Amino acid sequence: MNDRPAGPADSPAALAAALRSTGYLADDGLATATFLAMRMNRPLFCEGEPGTGKTALAQALAQVLGAKLIRLQCHDGIDASQALYDWDFPRQLLHLRALEATAGSGALDTEAVEASLYDPRFLLARPILEALQTTPSVLLIDEIDRADDEFEAFLLEVLTEHAVTIPEIGEIRATVPPLVVLTSNRTREVHDALKRRCLYLWLDHPDLAREIEILHSRLPGIPERLAAQVAGAVRALRQADLLKPPGVAETIDWARALQLVGANHLDVDSAAATLGAVLKYREDADRVRKQLDTLLAS
Amino acid sequence: MTSTETPVGDPIEGLVGFTVVLRSAGLAVTTDRVAAFLSALDALDVTSRTQTYWAGRLTLCSDPDDLPRYDRAFEDWFTPPRGGGRTRIVDERKPPPPKLAALTPSTQGESDDEGTESTQVFTRASGNEVLRNRDLAELTPSEREHLRRLLALLRPELPTRRSRRLRPSRHGATDPGRTLRAALRDHGEMRHLRRRDQSRRPRRVVLLVDVSGSMEPYADALLRFAHVVVRRSPGTVEAFTLGTRLTRITRELRMRDADRALAAAGRAIPDWSGGTRLGEVMRAFVDRWGQRGAARRAVVVVFSDGWERGETELLGVQMSRLHRLAHKLVWVNPHAGKDGYAPVQGGIVAALPYLDDLLAGHSLATLEELLEVVRNA
Repeated sequence: MNDRPAGPADSPAALAAALRSTGYLADDGLATATFLAMRMNRPLFCEGEPGTGKTALAQALAQVLGAKLIRLQCHDGIDASQALYDWDFPRQLLHLRALEATAGSGALDTEAVEASLYDPRFLLARPILEALQTTPSVLLIDEIDRADDEFEAFLLEVLTEHAVTIPEIGEIRATVPPLVVLTSNRTREVHDALKRRCLYLWLDHPDLAREIEILHSRLPGIPERLAAQVAGAVRALRQADLLKPPGVAETIDWARALQLVGANHLDVDSAAATLGAVLKYREDADRVRKQLDTLLAS
Repeated sequence: MTSTETPVGDPIEGLVGFTVVLRSAGLAVTTDRVAAFLSALDALDVTSRTQTYWAGRLTLCSDPDDLPRYDRAFEDWFTPPRGGGRTRIVDERKPPPPKLAALTPSTQGESDDEGTESTQVFTRASGNEVLRNRDLAELTPSEREHLRRLLALLRPELPTRRSRRLRPSRHGATDPGRTLRAALRDHGEMRHLRRRDQSRRPRRVVLLVDVSGSMEPYADALLRFAHVVVRRSPGTVEAFTLGTRLTRITRELRMRDADRALAAAGRAIPDWSGGTRLGEVMRAFVDRWGQRGAARRAVVVVFSDGWERGETELLGVQMSRLHRLAHKLVWVNPHAGKDGYAPVQGGIVAALPYLDDLLAGHSLATLEELLEVVRNA
């Protein structure tokens, strides 16, 4: 888009550098994906294991673009009135009573009353409408896999037209379409019609070097040795066949927890004390606790 | 692909050729995806290998399973041939194995039937009743054909749960919107309070069908049954096969035509009538699908004879996890309908403590019973 602020959107590399300055480390694929999402005006569909930085990406993008981040958390049974807009009924009622009070004895003109009730000032903008009305904005549609099929179908229109139609008012179209990031944890397959309109980005766990780098960027001042140990241990945990392998978010949590308990390196005692930051199932914790020393030796 | 030239002349031609290769590798490459690929390259540097790679990966893939296939096709297409001639681009995949066709009655059966068509029509009413109670493993080809038609006639009703979504109703909390609109028609006089209440939503159903060797006589009928249930509510039913590995067949079973759907499912199942390692496969299911959401608050139905070669301890652990995730956990064992059956196979014994129901499912009548149980779950 021409009317987007120039700078980070000039090339994938420039965008990666801009993201890096916010503390989000993007690899080639991620930088290209976000760059294309802006250039082609397409939503970015991010899928991957929990904790690989899907939501954080939207936050970093908003920061880079100086845009407002508007977040729509999807859930079971979410519908248009929670995502798009709603009418402020109490205020409409109040308005109606006020009209009656001031109308005196004369009968009210129904049509005029109705028109005054559906005034934009009684419109409550929910995330999607808000994103269309805010320039610039980043719209994060989080965990789309939790919503149901009808909601996906409804999103199709909004995402391709960048406009919504409110029967009483008419069409509201975004002057500059928001940058849309959808995330999914793959609890359910999202319809192909929706995916086809998006760029598809699969996020994997980062490699060791990158994860150490992420730790340094998120926790400035973390000792070199601790960062390397934590990243290495998390890597081993991911291969240990756990119920819930730790994501990047857990790596950061763990490192932070270790720093808080005053450990400047990772050993069996400090690891055992802070294991709750990285493992979220009792079965996993039991198994790992038994073989902590072999895990840390690797 | 007949083209054996190196894609150098017109870049567009080469790129489109690449998408054709991808399509034959099994990716769902549609025209609009190709268009997106080309416009992505337009915004990027087409001479950069990395950028070309990502332009394609971002626009032409839509599933993590697509990625390895994409990588391989990209490597083949864009790596200049070393030494001699260019690698040929031909669809080298073997034609789909006709395993499923072998299980279903042969087509000669149909010509057999033709002579007796009139008598069959005549006896159908009583025949249905007999067939309903016959063991699915002991049917003759023509009975199988008949059973298929009966299965296609099933209209399963699926379970529901309360939703958070509010619908107009006679009971429940007041609905300000509808009340206001009604008042408007009466010049602002509120004569009736309109109300709204939580609606019912379909509850997810997960079908896990064991297709290992010992279940082979039942697999065809059970997959057809799964097809009927998936078709009934494609958005809320998930189907998987269990064998030496876990295969998701929901997408294939969503096809309208039963035979095409089953053929597609047959191609998707790599371990048809092989062995089972129920414990490991169940763990794969709970890890990859169950825990993430497919089994959460769902009605989970396992079709298996519980024949477990490996350790049953693992199966027990997985069933207990599944039991904690699911709303109802039902096990269907075709042998449970036979006289003198006792749940003594290792797998069943391990799973038994976590089951809400153990059903037979060896005949149409028992499958109907199963539907009843599922509906009321």
